[in-house]
Amino acid sequence: MKTKITLSFLAITAIFVGLNACKPTNDKGKGSSFLAGDAAQKVYVAPGTHDEFYNIVSGGFNGQLSVVGLPSGRVLKIIPVFSQFAESGWGYSEETKPMLNTSHGFIPWDDSHHVALSTTNSEHDGRWAFINGNNTPRIARVSLSTFRTEEIIEIPNSGGNHSSPFVTANTEYAVAGTRFSVPPDANADVPISSFKQNFKGYISFVSIDKTTGKMGIKFQLKTPGVSFDLARAGKGKSAGWFFFSTYNTEQANSLLEVNASQKDKDFILAVNWKKAEEYLAQGKGKKEKANYAHNIYDERTHSATSTIMNEVMTLDPKECPDMLYFMPCPKSPHGCDVDPTGQYIVGSGKLAAVIPVFSFAKMEKAIADKNFDGNFDGIPVLKYDAVLHGEVKKPGLGPLHTEFDGQGNAITSFFVSSELVKWNIEKLEVIDRVPTFYSVGHLSIPGGPTAKPYGKYVVAYNKITKDRYLPTGPELAQSAQLYDISGEKMKLLLDFPTIGEPHYAESIPASLIEKNSKKIFKLEENFHPYVTKGEKEAKVVRKGNEVHVYMTSIRSHFTPDNIEGVKLGDVVYFHVTNLEQDWDVPHGFAVRGAATSEILIMPGETCTLKWTPTKVGVTPMYCTDFCSALHQEMQGYVRVSPAGSNVPLSWHTGKNPEADAAKKTEAVSKK
Amino acid sequence: MKPLKRSSQIWLGLGSLALIATFFLPIWRIDLWAPQYPEGLSMKIWLSKLSGDVEIINGLNHYIGMAHIKEEMFPEFKILNYCIAFIIVAGLLTAMARSKKGLIAFLSLLVVSGAIALYDFWQWGYEYGHNLSDDAAIKVPGMAYQPPLIGYKELLNFGAYSIPDTGGWIVVGLGIITIGVLIYEFKFNK
Repeated sequence: MKTKITLSFLAITAIFVGLNACKPTNDKGKGSSFLAGDAAQKVYVAPGTHDEFYNIVSGGFNGQLSVVGLPSGRVLKIIPVFSQFAESGWGYSEETKPMLNTSHGFIPWDDSHHVALSTTNSEHDGRWAFINGNNTPRIARVSLSTFRTEEIIEIPNSGGNHSSPFVTANTEYAVAGTRFSVPPDANADVPISSFKQNFKGYISFVSIDKTTGKMGIKFQLKTPGVSFDLARAGKGKSAGWFFFSTYNTEQANSLLEVNASQKDKDFILAVNWKKAEEYLAQGKGKKEKANYAHNIYDERTHSATSTIMNEVMTLDPKECPDMLYFMPCPKSPHGCDVDPTGQYIVGSGKLAAVIPVFSFAKMEKAIADKNFDGNFDGIPVLKYDAVLHGEVKKPGLGPLHTEFDGQGNAITSFFVSSELVKWNIEKLEVIDRVPTFYSVGHLSIPGGPTAKPYGKYVVAYNKITKDRYLPTGPELAQSAQLYDISGEKMKLLLDFPTIGEPHYAESIPASLIEKNSKKIFKLEENFHPYVTKGEKEAKVVRKGNEVHVYMTSIRSHFTPDNIEGVKLGDVVYFHVTNLEQDWDVPHGFAVRGAATSEILIMPGETCTLKWTPTKVGVTPMYCTDFCSALHQEMQGYVRVSPAGSNVPLSWHTGKNPEADAAKKTEAVSKK
Repeated sequence: MKPLKRSSQIWLGLGSLALIATFFLPIWRIDLWAPQYPEGLSMKIWLSKLSGDVEIINGLNHYIGMAHIKEEMFPEFKILNYCIAFIIVAGLLTAMARSKKGLIAFLSLLVVSGAIALYDFWQWGYEYGHNLSDDAAIKVPGMAYQPPLIGYKELLNFGAYSIPDTGGWIVVGLGIITIGVLIYEFKFNK
């Protein structure tokens, strides 16, 4: 009996072990054929040397941008854009609060998706980065010299700014296509079920000043109510056009998961924006009421202003023929990417089994021949076969986004089958495929969306990362993977975690940016209304119950660092000017009990921390950024007296009036 | 004694005129290097002003209680232009006079001026390096911070170089020319 039990136990164990041996293994890239043998060497950036590329990465739901070096994958900076950032005081300091103002009031957060770097002749010029705010529709412009957000413009008549902020060849415009069609802001109280009659898919063209970068909504196209997903401008011959992918051409307003996935084909909308400019010049535009905020940060005053605009120019396609055309595209296209020559437009139907490639030349011919397949809400639909260059057959599952290597090839990400696929644009043949870990979204090749790709690397931005890094509870690291694409086969080089969800990123040679990187703000060019340009100018001024402290910081003391005469009920504004004029010497400032963040003040800059004292007593304040060997000593006191007290307003640094007076009396008595 | 040769005259004349450039060029430079300053810090001394990272150097000097370096403190900046102008005129006169005695006198003028200038520079360096505030945050017993008169010296975490700048080399060049002319005249034009 005993032996029988033992035997059967052994048998069961054997079966179990056998079954386990049959389980498919997942080598996760370790030592497999797609991991480059010399991977470590290829991503190693030796101490003291710099990365070859800047990678400007969207932070997704953190509302920010991050700056990463490639090929090392090291995070160098987070640039606060749409979300408050306590580390630098962005959106907390008096100077930056207006940047987050909208027509809905102050909004401390957004969901940032797509990065667009400024271009000249469709090539990166290293001046600005643009990023969209998806939730409360906005576009931000970030300086690539200060790595700070300089401007944010809200987009009215939009319900989610997803198809944005992609730019035209010479950065004439950034675009903002609405992801949710909406009724016009000025007349928006309509039944949701009246979608087809009342909802419009607004596309905004935001002009960008050539020299200053200042943005303004030039016009909005009132297109039929569909969802705009992604977009790309044409290049070269197609530079006067803009292409937008659409979904929900079913025009469903509920359960889109099913109802917006019914049609075999949705559309890519081709917009002749040069034509739109002509119509605008002819006076075809119509001004409509719409409120939106336009926020500008001025580097000279180190302060932002927010202006609420109240009308916007619109163009109705019904009155502007030959401006818009629909190209049928298989199943809910996501990516809509134009190759470096501007000849081909690659649609990536995320539910489709092929990658359709459209030809711009054929599109022009089809338009000339009026080779239409009816119309959609008055806009001509071009015949699919007439505009198609060809389809890449069986490329993978769930094509999402495509970039180009500059060697005549495209690399497309596949979300469902978790892979990158390299294919030849002309021949439409698959050349190579490599797995990603896991569920890749967008990808980025340095210069990949431009006319001049540097086809050395591709970065895959992944949606799922389980088992790639040490676990950190239910919420895991977001991740990117770097591949070498310089050879015949794509080779995995590196996994690196990213900050926030990396929806999309652009990469640019470091040489185009690093030489312009600003080191300090010049004190003599500081026009902040509360600047203190030297310790002698430091003072404390009372205006009713407001107390303004004109304060300076320099290694390693504040002037003044002893303040008395503040009373309960006062609101104290510390306007701190960093007098340093040397690179890499910021000072921080914090006050105990201040209901805000610290401020981090760069050399030559003035920042303001607002503090409403809540308790009587002596409150310490100190420098929060390690500035020198005497940083720890960089501290001071504010005395807060009860309301109505008669303690006079006084301030000083380096003197001790009471002790000095005592000394004097002592001396006199000795005499 | 024979008068100076034509070639000597030309050398002396051109060499003296070259000093005009020193009005527009820095004479001396002090370079500092430390781990925190991989790109280095540099202060340039001109005939009538200072330039370079003076404020940054002052910012660092306050730790050790060194006096603030300010142009107003140096009366030299008011007279150096005239001194150089005087040397130029003297050089041109020497070339025109063609006298060997004059040549010796001119070289003496150069040597004495140079010596005075170096002594003056050394004295300022001594003054700055030793006259430290009692309130200094960092006090290293027995430590002085006098920069090198010429060459390299380590000062705490900084390496300091003190060398002539372009203008200074032009002055040195005039000295070499004058010595060369003198040797030539006394050996080959007896």
